[in-house]
Amino acid sequence: MSVPDELHYTREHEWVAITGTTASVGITDHAQNSLGDVVYVSVPSPGSKVTAGEPCGEIESTKSVSDIFSPVDGEVTEVNAEVDENPAVINADPYGAGWLFKVALSGAGGELPADLLTAADYEEFIATEE
Amino acid sequence: MTDLRRTPLTGVHERLGATLTGFAGWLMPLRYGSETAEHTAVRTAAGLFDLSHMGEIMVTGPGAAAALDYALVGQPSALAPGRARYTMICAPDGGVIDDLIVYRLAADEFLVVANAANTGVVFEALEDRARGDAQVADHTDDYALIALQGPHAVRILAPLASADLAGVKYYTGYPATVAGAEVLLARTGYTGEDGFELFTRPPDAERVWAALTAAGAGQGLVPAGLAARDTLRLEAGMPLYGNELGPELTPFDAGLGRVVRLEKPGDFVGRAALAERAGAEPERELVGLVGRSRRVPRHGYAVLWDGAACGTVTSGAPSPTLGAPIAMAYVAPAVAREAGQAGAGTGGPGRLAVDIRGRAEPADLVSLPFYRRPA
Repeated sequence: MSVPDELHYTREHEWVAITGTTASVGITDHAQNSLGDVVYVSVPSPGSKVTAGEPCGEIESTKSVSDIFSPVDGEVTEVNAEVDENPAVINADPYGAGWLFKVALSGAGGELPADLLTAADYEEFIATEE
Repeated sequence: MTDLRRTPLTGVHERLGATLTGFAGWLMPLRYGSETAEHTAVRTAAGLFDLSHMGEIMVTGPGAAAALDYALVGQPSALAPGRARYTMICAPDGGVIDDLIVYRLAADEFLVVANAANTGVVFEALEDRARGDAQVADHTDDYALIALQGPHAVRILAPLASADLAGVKYYTGYPATVAGAEVLLARTGYTGEDGFELFTRPPDAERVWAALTAAGAGQGLVPAGLAARDTLRLEAGMPLYGNELGPELTPFDAGLGRVVRLEKPGDFVGRAALAERAGAEPERELVGLVGRSRRVPRHGYAVLWDGAACGTVTSGAPSPTLGAPIAMAYVAPAVAREAGQAGAGTGGPGRLAVDIRGRAEPADLVSLPFYRRPA
């Protein structure tokens, strides 16, 4: 499973990429592989507030449905229309074209929640989970 | 996953990079790549399945036919050798212990194929119910089971098989040679497509699998896992034990009262309860639902009529063929009637819905199956 070094991760298998005060969010390669073919995803609308650790959407695959948890606090600024039309892109390219939504981080410094995992920590986490 | 039983083909699946999963105590391939692609391949070309987890129970002896007539709701004694039948084994109260396929291999020899999770209880029940001169033996470890399913199944298998496949009709099973291996070649399946199930000796399984894979290379054949098997059977409206069938349900509940041969001579386990059930108003009806949104009804979700609970989803999945979520559900007969009438269920005001994680998602009632293969 691919776990890019430059990203942050949650124990619920989301990834976060930080650019300035904006966070891009998606699900990990491990998550898409465990879920199987993604058929539908719902993400929070632009303008809505999200809270770290709280469910903010859901992802449907052939076998199951799972919550999407926001990894960060902030306001949704953009959602990926492509994953609505073609959810399979989440399986094909989870860290790229399969991104889900972007969040303007709240707080003056745009601090990240302390419990986000590094790539190394996340790799260890998924190894122990299996 | 170390305690799980391996099939004679588990090594093949590992080499193919399959995602393996625990299922009824067995380590089985869930999917090899995209389960949707595997599903579509079975509908349009062909798929190859390892079903070696299924239970094979042999019932033999001069009293075998009579023993099965007493033990099961069907009438295996009426089968000609070479013929097979879908049937069930019920408890005295009419509840379903398992659904089965019974093959009559010879006058005094029957193969009973049970679901993996139920093989033990089916074996015990058959042994318990066998009277007279009948022997019951669990031969699950003596067989690998490979299913070749899909519209290209005949042309893939024909060059490898000793038998003329035109003579192997639907729901028959005969001894044959495939790729040099002795098999029981049956024209049965659980996908809604034409196809075959090959019972092989475990040491022959890899060779038969490899020969079929090679023969199917130009025919769109792909290995297919349990995930595709589940969506294929759901589209075909076929019940799954534990979902549509269980000890609290009779065959009549599942709309399969036709498997209960009340007219057969002699007593059988469950007769009195099933005769009563046959003449009574049903408490529930198994129906098909097609979701109008993209959210998927899943096992256990409540079905709503005008906002009030009227039933429960037994199986649900996104249907690759329909491109919409589909489900089977038990609902109150009055709702099935009303929703089934033109307008109420189809294109109506959305009185029928499924509670999907707290939100009512409108659904339409349809007759089963969702998919029927082109004639």
